[in-house]
Amino acid sequence: MTETTQPQSRRIQRSADSQLRRNWAKLRRNKTALVGGILILIYLITALLAPVLFPSNPSAPNLSRSLERPSIADPLGTDELGRSILGRVIYGSRVSLLIAIGVVFVGLLVGVPLGLVSGYYGGKVDFGIQRVTDTLLAFPGFLLALALVAVLGVGLKNTIISVGISMVPIYIRLVRGCALSVREQTYVEAAKAVGTRDRIILLRHILPNVMIPITIQTSLGMGTGILSAAALGFLGLGVQPPTPEWGAMLGSGRAYLFHAPHVATFPGIAIFLAVLGFNLAGDGLRDVLDPRFRL
Amino acid sequence: MKEESLLSVTHLRTRFHIYEGTVTAVDGIDFDVYRGETLGVVGESGCGKSVTALSILRLLASPPAEIQGTVLFGGVNLLDLNLDEIRRIRGNAISMIFQEPMTSLNPVLTIGEQVSEAIRLHQGAERQEAWSKAVEMLQMVQIPSPQMRAHEYPHQLSGGMRQRAMIAMALSCHPRLLLADEPTTALDVTIQAQIVDLMERLKEEFETSIVLITHNLGLIAEMAKRVLVMYMGKVVEEASVEDLFREPLHPYTQGLLGSIPWIGQKQKTGRRQLQEIPGVVPSLLEMPDGCRFHPRCSRVRDICVKEGPPLVRSGDGRRVLCWLWA
Repeated sequence: MTETTQPQSRRIQRSADSQLRRNWAKLRRNKTALVGGILILIYLITALLAPVLFPSNPSAPNLSRSLERPSIADPLGTDELGRSILGRVIYGSRVSLLIAIGVVFVGLLVGVPLGLVSGYYGGKVDFGIQRVTDTLLAFPGFLLALALVAVLGVGLKNTIISVGISMVPIYIRLVRGCALSVREQTYVEAAKAVGTRDRIILLRHILPNVMIPITIQTSLGMGTGILSAAALGFLGLGVQPPTPEWGAMLGSGRAYLFHAPHVATFPGIAIFLAVLGFNLAGDGLRDVLDPRFRL
Repeated sequence: MKEESLLSVTHLRTRFHIYEGTVTAVDGIDFDVYRGETLGVVGESGCGKSVTALSILRLLASPPAEIQGTVLFGGVNLLDLNLDEIRRIRGNAISMIFQEPMTSLNPVLTIGEQVSEAIRLHQGAERQEAWSKAVEMLQMVQIPSPQMRAHEYPHQLSGGMRQRAMIAMALSCHPRLLLADEPTTALDVTIQAQIVDLMERLKEEFETSIVLITHNLGLIAEMAKRVLVMYMGKVVEEASVEDLFREPLHPYTQGLLGSIPWIGQKQKTGRRQLQEIPGVVPSLLEMPDGCRFHPRCSRVRDICVKEGPPLVRSGDGRRVLCWLWA
């Protein structure tokens, strides 16, 4: 018996992680996901290694070198206060990464529980949550964030909260839809039939089954979050100077667009690449993980 | 022999209020389940078999169901309990197995986690202890190398093994009553036989009473002692298995038995073609007047159309809902 169990157990072990491996292989073969992944990787490395890549203070002005064109000393040129654009783009990646994570965290923290409760319980609870969601969705996401900034005030923390809240309805809708279909599954009924409490059904039976769409939406949400935060920065309503933030850099570079276009161009490219990375990765993840596209 | 009744259902009526009107899925049924017996419930799809089982455990959350009557279990009316109290009964004293073994297990949890869930819940066991009990249960339902299988996910198991795992889950707290809703329907015949054997054996071992819901009369003949025949939410006949198969009283039961193919019987008895019951089950929204079976009944009389049939009881615990025997 032991002799037969041993190889069988190894075989089954292999089949268990081969699911992961198969998805990983698919992800690597998927060009979209690959490009997105590489962009995100570069972005992460830049953010983590910022002090190594650019040892001096990116916020220290040097007025004698104001608005210099790209050169050997400053590969991306300098801004109106003579600060290195390269340095500010590098440190800006930290700020935008913080925003991306923060925004998605707020969105998940509020949206997922509300979506789960709304979808699972249905009835009056669902009706209440959905009407609030409808109201929030009636505004374009960015307008909502803008309105929230008007109430909360400017700054990094408030940017994260406002953009995060503007994403909450998207998560509520997504999670509610998935929870609605999962709660009708027989295994949820079976869990109820053995006396499992609602809280445990929600956390152990429903949540893990809606993780895939949440993961995909999270990746896409990071892209949108960076973009919205940059837009707020551009309007001067986001992260305040002298913190290097891409949107704010773009905004201040706008004044010099004709005689020093590099000031606005490089932060713009940075925003573009970061958002592109998250969107491509999200699309790639969806292609690999969403069974509806799997034939 | 009248033993002590474990579950006593009286005037159970389950209605669903939906947009098109009110559907009475179970219409005032009465029955008892005695200790250690297997009660068979047969009928066509939509006759209220499953709803009866779900009503007993109050698992009908949506669409909003209205359940009336009494369901006495150990002297307590289950319909009066609050949500916490009924939860303590589910999976503990009364357990249920479902029709689809393919979808009754959560794809993202291992078999061991799912079986130990009920044990942790009802016996307050620690994770480790519950796990080893779960493995024990898997062994009892004859899953080979249970230690290893407990770490596997449902997709790694065959249909028969999943149904065994479901049975292990349902029996993990040694329930006194098991509601088995079409436990073998999704399985092929050889696996069905194994599952039937297994349920028989576990019934002996744990002294569990079983309510066996099925449309498979063969399964009833094999497992049940008494049978309820349901049609459109009513119990139309109750009899012991022997009586029912030897001498069905209700025309519907006769029709059901006539529609079983009997291999090799034709030569001996000169039995004709496979019979069918004419017509289809009417929509529950458009209940026929009088006897609900009259549009399809071969022995319909004038009174059947006008008035609902009386319940006729005979001394040996049989009952039939039909004008023929009035």
